[in-house]
Amino acid sequence: MRGRSLMSRRHAVLGGFCLCCAPGLSRGADERNSLEITEIARGIHIRRGADEIASAQNEDAIANIGFIVGRDSVAVLDSGGSLNDGERLRRSIRNLTKLPIRYVLMSHVHPDHIFGAGAFLQDKPAFVAHAQLPHALAQRGEYYRARLEEVLGRGNVGPIVQPTMLVSDRTQIDLGSRSLELRAHPVAHTSNDLSVVDSQTGTLFPSDLLFVGRAPSLDGSLKGWLRELSMLGSLQAKQAVPGHGPATVNFPSAASKLKQYLETLLRETRQAIANGVDIATAPETVAQSERKNWTLFDEYHGHNVTQAYKELEWE
Amino acid sequence: MGMMRRFFLIAACGLGAVFCTHAASADDEAAARSERWAELQRAIFPGRTIGDGAGVIQLEAPPRALDAALVPFTITLPGDKQIKSVFLVIDNNPGPLAGRFTFGAAADPRTLKVRMRVNTYTDVHAVAEDSAGNLYAVQKFVKASGGCSAPAGPNAEQSTSNLGQMKLKLVSEFAPGEPVQAQLMIRHPNFNGMQMDQLTRLYAPAHFIRTINITYDDQPVLRIESDIALSTDPVITFGFKPSRQGQLKVEVTDSKEQSFVREFSVPAATASSTL
Repeated sequence: MRGRSLMSRRHAVLGGFCLCCAPGLSRGADERNSLEITEIARGIHIRRGADEIASAQNEDAIANIGFIVGRDSVAVLDSGGSLNDGERLRRSIRNLTKLPIRYVLMSHVHPDHIFGAGAFLQDKPAFVAHAQLPHALAQRGEYYRARLEEVLGRGNVGPIVQPTMLVSDRTQIDLGSRSLELRAHPVAHTSNDLSVVDSQTGTLFPSDLLFVGRAPSLDGSLKGWLRELSMLGSLQAKQAVPGHGPATVNFPSAASKLKQYLETLLRETRQAIANGVDIATAPETVAQSERKNWTLFDEYHGHNVTQAYKELEWE
Repeated sequence: MGMMRRFFLIAACGLGAVFCTHAASADDEAAARSERWAELQRAIFPGRTIGDGAGVIQLEAPPRALDAALVPFTITLPGDKQIKSVFLVIDNNPGPLAGRFTFGAAADPRTLKVRMRVNTYTDVHAVAEDSAGNLYAVQKFVKASGGCSAPAGPNAEQSTSNLGQMKLKLVSEFAPGEPVQAQLMIRHPNFNGMQMDQLTRLYAPAHFIRTINITYDDQPVLRIESDIALSTDPVITFGFKPSRQGQLKVEVTDSKEQSFVREFSVPAATASSTL
């Protein structure tokens, strides 16, 4: 029944049939190129991702991606969800500046954030990532590539790009009179989350440590994520660019909804375990009060409960 | 390709990513599925007929897996037939016979819960064998993708470093002489040899549980012979009939010939055992 109601809701949303799976209905290149890039602060350009799941139509352009321009060079963060997504971002950079692209950041292992990296190989940048990313990529890269290829079609995903500069704690990179503070987090959203602060504008790039409006996905540690979220709150950033959601939000106030979701998930999953609710039933009972707060809730929430349950049942 | 051809929207969830893929025609699939089951019946139960399991055995499974590497199944035996064992067959898995569960004298076989890896869209069959050797089957269709080759989750290191750790919880009210439900948790990565390390291009060596033998005061409760399909950190819920106070003993053997033995006092079975 869950599957059926999900289908009908989606059908309603998509006007009666499944756009994302039907061949030959993808948007034209012009429309895709018009995905807007906004300068949210001086020299920071962000393309807001679509609040959708990956599909042939959206080419996995579902994460917030962008770039920062310094005096001497450009840093990309993140590169996008597919080779096409990355190439569009690269064209936008080239339309704006001839400065070299010295850094491409890979905020974590999820495909919507890293499969655009192939578009930047020609620039020979440093591909910068959390020290745990190579391990996660080794385990999952090919799995993600193959799954995404089923959706986007052969040759449209892009190569798995290995990071060339690893961050295990904190480090800085300099774009010329503009330094970026990089931070490798303990297990939170994933086991390999990298966040960035642009000190010049006080802008935080938490990537998927922050979701706004679109349902979060838990793939690391629920307790760890709550800890890192509160740590980020202490950084006194003026604004943040969430991994999914608006291109820019006030911070930390915009994190309150996510905090509430994660805390509710923690509390109610623990309750379910204590009450003997099994892992099959828990997704239908835990944190249902959160449904109204999130787009794509049904696509992600059940999986989150399963992950939380696995983590908490050993407590 | 029949008139019924249509596209299905499936969120193939797992490992934090949700994709949109479509399945082949429903007609083609149904035919292929029943052909597959016929083939498996000949292989697993040669020369035997399998009756309709309605009223004898029930199988609950999510129609769409939330996590293909951990798909919960509940098997119940509502009838009054003496059932000596249950087979769980995940038709399209690389190792279709996911588990064989044999009940002993101290068992309460009415409810059994397990978590399995499911590799692709598949029928799943639960087959009950009664004491006379008659077989009864029921089926469910499960939409899942990549559960067998799905790489280890973020906590796999924990499963390996705490290998063999177990917890036992009673999940229903304890009363001496009355059946009680217990949940057994085992730390084990249960690698099935299908997870490739892309740096070395080598597959992680298979390391999975082969048998779980559960007794209560030396009386057999449940013996599980499993294949590569058990999830990482398997959790099994089963019933047994305890007396006032006794010892539930669990023996696990795996594919590396390692064995892990733990004993739990029942009813004081909430404390976890460690190495």
